[in-house]
Amino acid sequence: METTSEVARTQDAGTSAVQVKTGEEVRTLMPLVDIFEDSEGITVEADLPGVAKDRLNVQADRHRLIIEGDVVIDMPEGMEAQYADVQATRYARSFALSGELDAERTEASLKDGVLTVHIPKRSEFCPRKIEVRVS
Amino acid sequence: MFYRSVFPRDLLSELDRLQREMQQSYEFSPSIRGLARGGFPAMNVGNTPHSVEIYAFAPGIDPATIAVQLEKGVLTIAGERASVLPPREANATVHIEERFSGRFRRVVTLPDDADPNAVSAKYRDGVLHVSVQRRQAAQPRRISIE
Repeated sequence: METTSEVARTQDAGTSAVQVKTGEEVRTLMPLVDIFEDSEGITVEADLPGVAKDRLNVQADRHRLIIEGDVVIDMPEGMEAQYADVQATRYARSFALSGELDAERTEASLKDGVLTVHIPKRSEFCPRKIEVRVS
Repeated sequence: MFYRSVFPRDLLSELDRLQREMQQSYEFSPSIRGLARGGFPAMNVGNTPHSVEIYAFAPGIDPATIAVQLEKGVLTIAGERASVLPPREANATVHIEERFSGRFRRVVTLPDDADPNAVSAKYRDGVLHVSVQRRQAAQPRRISIE
């Protein structure tokens, strides 16, 4: 479908903003994620098939975690599409972060198209075992 | 840029995908063998005059455990993806669980001229690319006029 103006939805934690881009067609896919939390921090696993490390952008600040990536797939010349489940070449998703997470110590790794992001909790929010002294 | 023009937007398949996702999330009596479109891994299929190109978007799988089989013109891609979520007894909370886990199997019917002896498969960045060559005889040939 050829369009001159395209309505692109940017996924935003909580709210979904709609922006209109004219000229270039901008379509993004929302990567599927698993998110779990333990006493140490939060871990995000995101499916980003086709995204190489140099095409991936992960940003974390006090308020937000942003994951963006471009799909690069080598295709033989003159190929015609017959069937397509995946019809966009860009992944984007963002999540709102809460104050107890220490975004500065965020770690991220990419393996076989799966991105793992770990955001630890600030040490003062981690559970601490209090030793009880007997007097 | 080239990729985008090769796989243009298809509104009907978008709707199909939406329907499938809704059916999956509510388990609203799906077909006994699943739906024809969609599923894991997502797939794109393209044709060139010399080959059929199949792309399976299957991230996070050890390529050694993916079974690619070609039999009687039917290409099957099967395997298993383990869940990364912590076990239930672990002291962790799962907030979002969207990624596929478990066994998967997808089937593509190839054109008659696909050559079962000329198949190559590569796995890179979570995308499995299977290339099946077409037999020489089926390719368009220019006939010279004497």
